[in-house]
Parts: sequence; structure tokens; C-alpha cells
Amino acid sequence: MTHIDEAPRSAKAVAPEQGREKKLPTRDRATVITMVTIPLVLVVLLVWLPALLSVVLSFGKWNGFGDLDTIEWVGLQNYEDIVTIYPPFWPAIQHNLIWLGFLFLIPTVLGMLIAVVLDREMRGSRFYQTAFYMPVVLSVALIGFIWQLFYSRDQGLINDVFGTQVDWYGDPDINLWAVLVATAWRHTGYIMLIYLAGLKAVDASLREAAAVDGAGEVRTFFHVIFPVMRPINMIVVVIVVIESLRAFDIVWVINKGRNGLEVIGALVAQNVIGEATRYGFGSALAVIMMLISSVFITVYLRNVFREERRG
Amino acid sequence: MSTQTLPPATEPTPSGEGGTRTPPERAEGGILSRPRGIVVTVIVALLALAWLFPLVWALINSFREYDYTQANGYLSLGGWTTANYEEAWTRGNFGLHLRNSLLVTVPAVLLTLWLSSMVAFVLARFSYRFNLIMLGVFLAANMLPPQALLIPVFRIFREIPLPLFMSDSGLVLNSLWALILVNTAFQMGFCTFVLSNYMKTLPHEIYESAELDGASVWRQYWQLTMPLVRPALAALATLQVAWVYNEFFWATVLIQQGDKLPVTSALNNLRGQFFTDTNLVAAGSIIVALPVLVVFFALQKQFVSGLTLGSTKG
Repeated sequence: MTHIDEAPRSAKAVAPEQGREKKLPTRDRATVITMVTIPLVLVVLLVWLPALLSVVLSFGKWNGFGDLDTIEWVGLQNYEDIVTIYPPFWPAIQHNLIWLGFLFLIPTVLGMLIAVVLDREMRGSRFYQTAFYMPVVLSVALIGFIWQLFYSRDQGLINDVFGTQVDWYGDPDINLWAVLVATAWRHTGYIMLIYLAGLKAVDASLREAAAVDGAGEVRTFFHVIFPVMRPINMIVVVIVVIESLRAFDIVWVINKGRNGLEVIGALVAQNVIGEATRYGFGSALAVIMMLISSVFITVYLRNVFREERRG
Repeated sequence: MSTQTLPPATEPTPSGEGGTRTPPERAEGGILSRPRGIVVTVIVALLALAWLFPLVWALINSFREYDYTQANGYLSLGGWTTANYEEAWTRGNFGLHLRNSLLVTVPAVLLTLWLSSMVAFVLARFSYRFNLIMLGVFLAANMLPPQALLIPVFRIFREIPLPLFMSDSGLVLNSLWALILVNTAFQMGFCTFVLSNYMKTLPHEIYESAELDGASVWRQYWQLTMPLVRPALAALATLQVAWVYNEFFWATVLIQQGDKLPVTSALNNLRGQFFTDTNLVAAGSIIVALPVLVVFFALQKQFVSGLTLGSTKG
């Protein structure tokens, strides 16, 4: 994070936008075009084109085996079916919302508080930080796997300690919560890390000024530190929303997203690699995910662009 | 890692790395008074121990005999053995899966860094009108839920033939190539953003003198810029290795031949197989976690600065 505060951009921004392009010799122009085109083609072909095709396919019925002309176009039928006669849909929405609420209330708040505490120069701060963000390097699927050591009905630690016989991953009434606790183990460290970086940006003199003014610690936090972290807060909101919407790995590794663990991401996959391949139907679910996420992606990009323009 | 959004640039700070960043006055202060500070410190310390516990627990039990823990319960001590590792290794076929992970991770990370550094260079070096749109195209791609693209990608990959020496399924689907391509396409957004911000902090004069020397754009990129952004590349490489290694969704849906699965998605099959023996689960977990943990501890600084790279500009 070296920081050289100078602005090559603003210097250039004065020049007419197209001026640069014209000044380049032909060979260099070819180089620039190639340098941009290859990555662009990859991202368009593998991300943007499929996104568009998902929207198109969502208006049809297709088992995916025949040619494109075997697609039967049904208009909004898939969407109608999803909200009316597809049993796992509303539970999935509910679970995704619980996921979101839980991530916000527990690990996000906890991560932020830990960051505020560890931001001070305290003994062992490094060690604590390491402990909290170590789970961040593990995959979510692996975390589901590891937590079996606690959750297993016959051999899990929890049942061993309390002498219970609860099937934490299997019981549809509680498995969502079991999964969320395991997820929180990883999420807290991630949030902590983001806030730690944000807090470093809080000018020490601001805190001192607040301290001199006799502001209490709680007040200092809410009036001085929290406002400075605003851009970070916004990013954290976007991260948490997108992460909750994408939830997939851990439920798939446990039971492929059934039986109390329905989430929307898993429903899409079930319609493609499950017993029944319903591409149109799965695409409609995918488009619903895309629509929800696009709201937050827009918020995020606007924020990034505002920063970019400021240079 | 699933969501890789990054904090945007906050206000630029003159602060450098870690411990030396603060004036001594702050060491006492923070925002907590002394007595309350101690209470909070103790709470955080206990929490930290709780956070370490799952991995420590896995490590301990991975070295214990199944029969012993069955007879004496898990709260006992004893029955030490390394047999779980041998059994987990052969039953889980970890040699094969780790090899697959390696074959996906290394090319995907190199390709991602190479392609995104090219875009980042153009975005940072020239101000074209399309710069912001371009950044948006890459960044948004990074944030779309992968499930939303699954069906078309799956179907397109099933249509594209590959020669048999590249993929024994004869298709992109079910080949490691599919994973390399998809991972690269998805990770480019994050890397482009971080690298272009980093490149913008390079003094503009170096390019002016390079131009005077008649250096081509390619040379300005490859011989001038790339060596200067090495710290950012190192940080991103560390992060990307962990993310690609940890990638689960695409590998699960695009690879249907068990012997082609990278290790993270192979966990899916292992859970059923190891179901009856928790000690085997523990050993398997440690085997899968070990590569990323080694990277993490060896390159911890890179890892953390990679995650927070976007948060202070450059």
C-alpha cells in the first residue's frame, strides 16, 4: 500500500480526450487495441453474453438436449410458475433473506467491533488478527466440511458435550442456523479486515481532536470514526448482500440445497445438473438473481466511479 | 472466496504499513479508556481463541484413532496415529485432486494477472472516453452471481470441441480448460481495478522520458510498468491462488467426471464417503486446508495487503 499522491490522470484530463489516441503511431495503436481486446473478448463471451442468453432462455422451455429450435417460447410462464407452483422458491427467498439478516446482525457487526478494538496498538494485536482472518483463506465448502466435526449427529463435538442427539446438518428446522454459524466463522474475519484497512485511513489527529474536546469513546466512535468509514460501510453492505445472494457452496456440500437449506443459487444449479434439466426455468431463476444483484452492483459502481472521477 | 468486491478508494492517506504508522500518542488512546480497554481486550482474546478452535480441533482429531475416540469419546486424549492421513489420502484420491487444482490454479492466476495488467495499463496510461465503461464492464462481471450465467456457459462449453490430447471428453465441458477460462474471466475485474489504481500512482514523467527514448507502448508496459507494479502483482497473485484454489461452484457444475475435480469441489463426494468417520473428515480437512494455509502463513503480508489493496488508493 505504498502511496504516491500525484495525479497523472488530472494532468491528462486537461488534454482533449481524443488527442492521445491520435498521437500514437499506428503500431502502438494496434498494441493498445490488442491489449484491451483480448481480455474484453474473454469477459464478454464468458460473462456478458451468457448473462444476456440467460435472459433470453428464461422466456422458453428447453431441456437443453435438442437444438435451439426445440426451445418452446412461453413468454413469462416460467416466472409465473416460479412464484406460484414451485415449492422451494419461497423458502429459498426466505432463507436468503435470513442469511442476509444474520450476516449483518452478527458477523458484520462483530467484525467491525473487533476491527475497532484491534486498530489500537495493543499487545498481541497481530496474533488476534491472524486468528480472525485465518478462516478467510479457507473455502466455504471446506468450512462446511470442517464443521461436521462439531455438527455430526453421532460423532460431533456438540452432541458429545451436551449429550444430545441432534442432527445439526440434517434437521430442516435448525440446519440453516448451523450453516450460518459456520459461515459467520469465516465472514467475521473478512469484515474485520476490510474495516481495519478503513480505520487506518482515519486520521489520528481527528481522534485526538475529539479527545481534546472531551468526547467520550462511544461518541468519538459514532461522530468521528463511523462517518469517516462511510465509503467502507457502503462496500460492506454491498459485499454482504451479494454474498448472501450467492450463497451456494456450503449448502451444496451438505445436501445440495434441499431439506431446509434451499437457497436460490442452489435452485438454479438443481435445474441444470439435477435429475430434470429445465433450462428455461433455471434461467428464469438466474434472471431473478441477476436483477436483485444488479441493483447493488449499480450502487457499487456508482460509488467507484465517483471516486475515480475525483481522481 | 466467493464475493471479491473490494473496498473502493477512501481518502488517500499518507500512512504506510502496519505498526509504524501511528504517532505514539495514539498508542494509548484509540477510542477506549484504560479499564474498559482491558475488558474489551480480554473479550477479544477469548474470541480469538474460539476462532482458532475449529482448526485446532480438526488438527488434533486428525491424529487420533477412530476406535479410540469411539470408545472414549472425543473429550478424551490419546490414541495417537497418523493412519487417518494415509487412509484419507488414498480414499479421497487427494494426489489426483490436488494435481487438478494445481493445473487449474497456476495457469488461471498467471493468465488473470497478465490479461488484467494489460487492461489496467491502458486504463491508467491513457484517458480514453471508454475508460470508465471498460472498468465497469470488468468490475460488474466480477460481481454478477455466477449462477446467473451457469446455463449458457454450461451449454456453450458442451458445444465446443477440443482435441483429445487437450481434453479426454473431447469437449471444453469436463475439462480443466473450462475452469481456467471461467476463473480468469471472473477474476479479471478485481485485478484490473486494483492494478489500474496502482499504476495511476506511478509518476507520469517516466512515461514521458520513455516516449522520448522512442519506447513502444508494449515496452512501456512490459519493461517499464510491470517491474514497478511487482508488489501489487505479488499481493494479487497470493490472493488469486487462494480464490481459484477455493473455487467451488464452477468446478462442481462444469466437471462431472470425478477424476477431473479439483480438490475443493471433490469435497462434495468425500463428505458422503467419510461420513461415518469424523477423524477421517478431520484429516481430509487438514489436507485440503494445508496448501492455502501454507501460502497464507508464508505470504501473510501479501495476502492482507491484497485484500485491502483497493481500500487505500494504490
